Amino acid sequence: MNLNLLKPNKENLNTFVTTGSTLILVGFFDFFTSTFLDLNFTRFLPGGLSFLTPIILGVIGLHLIRIEFSGNRLLDKINTNFNSSNFNAFLSLLVIFALIKYIPSILNWFIFDADFAGNTKQDCTSGGACWVFVKVWLNRFVYGMYPDAEQWRINTSFFMLFALVGASFFTPANLKKYLLIFLLFIYPTIGFKLISGGDFGLKFIETGAWGGLSLTFIVSAFALILCFPIGMFLALGRRSKLPAIRYSSIGFIELWRGVPLITVLFMSAVMFPMFLPDGTYVDKLIRVLVAITLFEAAYMAEVIRGGLQALPKGQYEAAKSLGMGYWRMHFLIVLPQALKLVIPGIANTFLALVKDTPLIFVVGLLELAGMVNLAKTNPEWLGMAMEGYVFAGLVFWVICYAMSRYSQNLEKKLSTER
Amino acid sequence: MSKIIELKNVNKWFDKFQALKDVSLEVNQQEKIVICGPSGSGKSTLIRCINRLEEHQQGQIIVDGKEISENTKDIEKIRAEVGMVFQQFNLFPHLSILDNCTLAPIWVKKLPKKQAEEIAMKNLERVQIADQAKKFPGQLSGGQQQRCALARALCMEPKIMLFDEPTSALDPEMIKEVLDAMVDLAKAGMTMIVVTHEMGFAKEVADNMIFMDEGKIVEKAKTKDFFDNPKSERTKLFLSQIL
Repeated sequence: MNLNLLKPNKENLNTFVTTGSTLILVGFFDFFTSTFLDLNFTRFLPGGLSFLTPIILGVIGLHLIRIEFSGNRLLDKINTNFNSSNFNAFLSLLVIFALIKYIPSILNWFIFDADFAGNTKQDCTSGGACWVFVKVWLNRFVYGMYPDAEQWRINTSFFMLFALVGASFFTPANLKKYLLIFLLFIYPTIGFKLISGGDFGLKFIETGAWGGLSLTFIVSAFALILCFPIGMFLALGRRSKLPAIRYSSIGFIELWRGVPLITVLFMSAVMFPMFLPDGTYVDKLIRVLVAITLFEAAYMAEVIRGGLQALPKGQYEAAKSLGMGYWRMHFLIVLPQALKLVIPGIANTFLALVKDTPLIFVVGLLELAGMVNLAKTNPEWLGMAMEGYVFAGLVFWVICYAMSRYSQNLEKKLSTER
Repeated sequence: MSKIIELKNVNKWFDKFQALKDVSLEVNQQEKIVICGPSGSGKSTLIRCINRLEEHQQGQIIVDGKEISENTKDIEKIRAEVGMVFQQFNLFPHLSILDNCTLAPIWVKKLPKKQAEEIAMKNLERVQIADQAKKFPGQLSGGQQQRCALARALCMEPKIMLFDEPTSALDPEMIKEVLDAMVDLAKAGMTMIVVTHEMGFAKEVADNMIFMDEGKIVEKAKTKDFFDNPKSERTKLFLSQIL
């Protein structure tokens, strides 16, 4: 037998694999007992060494089973994916141990030790998360201070939106553009009127009462829809040959990009009214919407400009040589391609926009995160910040992840390089 | 035969570099002209000035009776009458082959969609890629793409066709299929100005040959004279190198 322990070889495959796996198993066993059963078999070793035994045993074991082209598929798979070198073996073990150690405690906090039943803080006794807080406040988190009796109006307008968007997937192509026009221009007015009221026998509800997740949606949706075309024209303007248009676009973009959003919102709330003649009043929410829209439009413009510049010059020349003027060239040839190129960037800006909406708290509007912030200061619910923010974080993550998946789908769908 | 293009003492600079020096040229209807010359001699610049993809600074360019200058209001109208085929094809990659061909007729000439599609199919058949109409440019070979680009230009029913090195970006075995389509077009009586190094094609099709060097027209002659009996030493040298 030719056994060189430093160089595992194929001839003695079984010996190496048996020894290696035993060592790894012992390492894992030691780790499990010391983590979950409070039994440390290696206590006789000096402190630090005893703590590291599982990893040391594991790395030696993994070294012994690292045999190329062993013929055993499972072994080969482990070796290529987790165990390609001693350092990688070490990292793999570290990650696996960390997951085993921390996932149970996180799950415990989230689910197994969490409280779901009850209606007051006193019902939360088991030490985990107090989801009672979210349950009790859910209505406020979704609708803000909107009166309970009128909430059907918000529900109706959102239901309408989802129905329309859903319908757009099934309408034939020739009717699609009418649906799109309705969605972009007519629906927002109807939805806005339905929620704000004041006419048709609907009670007027001032925007200060709007809030929660529904306000997050309203602000993001309006800003998303409006900032896109503005950004597009700014991008074209920045590349225009006419100096007046070019420099005003550059000025606009650089001005808005250079100012923090929170400042912009603050100005829109505090300074903007000072410039208005006495007696005129622009609603707080409208001012905020305009501010966010213009702010994001500046970013959108730069993203789109990136796409315009990435397009080969030949595309412009081909369009020109066919007799297309500026607008036809841009809307038929240039923008469809440029926008497709920058879908990841556009999605990026949209996600950032959605996550910027909590900043409207500076003008006293409370969307989801703002409502959480408010609820956690309620004397009966002190100390619930963690649950509230985790909940808000999860909701934002779901929204953003959905948007991100949609943008990836769109990219695939529009790809013509099959 | 009447003049359809006229260039009078055209000068063109890229910053300090003079790309065209005092170029004068007349092209009659149905005339086929092949322009050759070493790279950087201004051949491409010359034909790109004819539909104002490049701007000239001095001299006159008159296309179909209308002078082209910075004051030209309807440059789009002139471009609609002058088709162009590029070295890099420049098909629109986001549109199918058929849509590539119908887009300009529908949006520039305001033809009804159905009529535009009929014209497109006719021209695609003419260049023998009608069966590829539903595909996208990225799915076609270089030769097919270039023939599609030719069909796209023809769909505007132009009076003049400009070719800017149409076969230079192609694999050798695809050059012939594109040249065949161009020969076919020439026989149908199109006015053509072709920048190319394909001397076989020039001999077969061209009425007149032009040799350019350093921004100047060095020699212009009937095709037969040009090849059999070139006058300038520079032309002789060039021909001896590429023939």
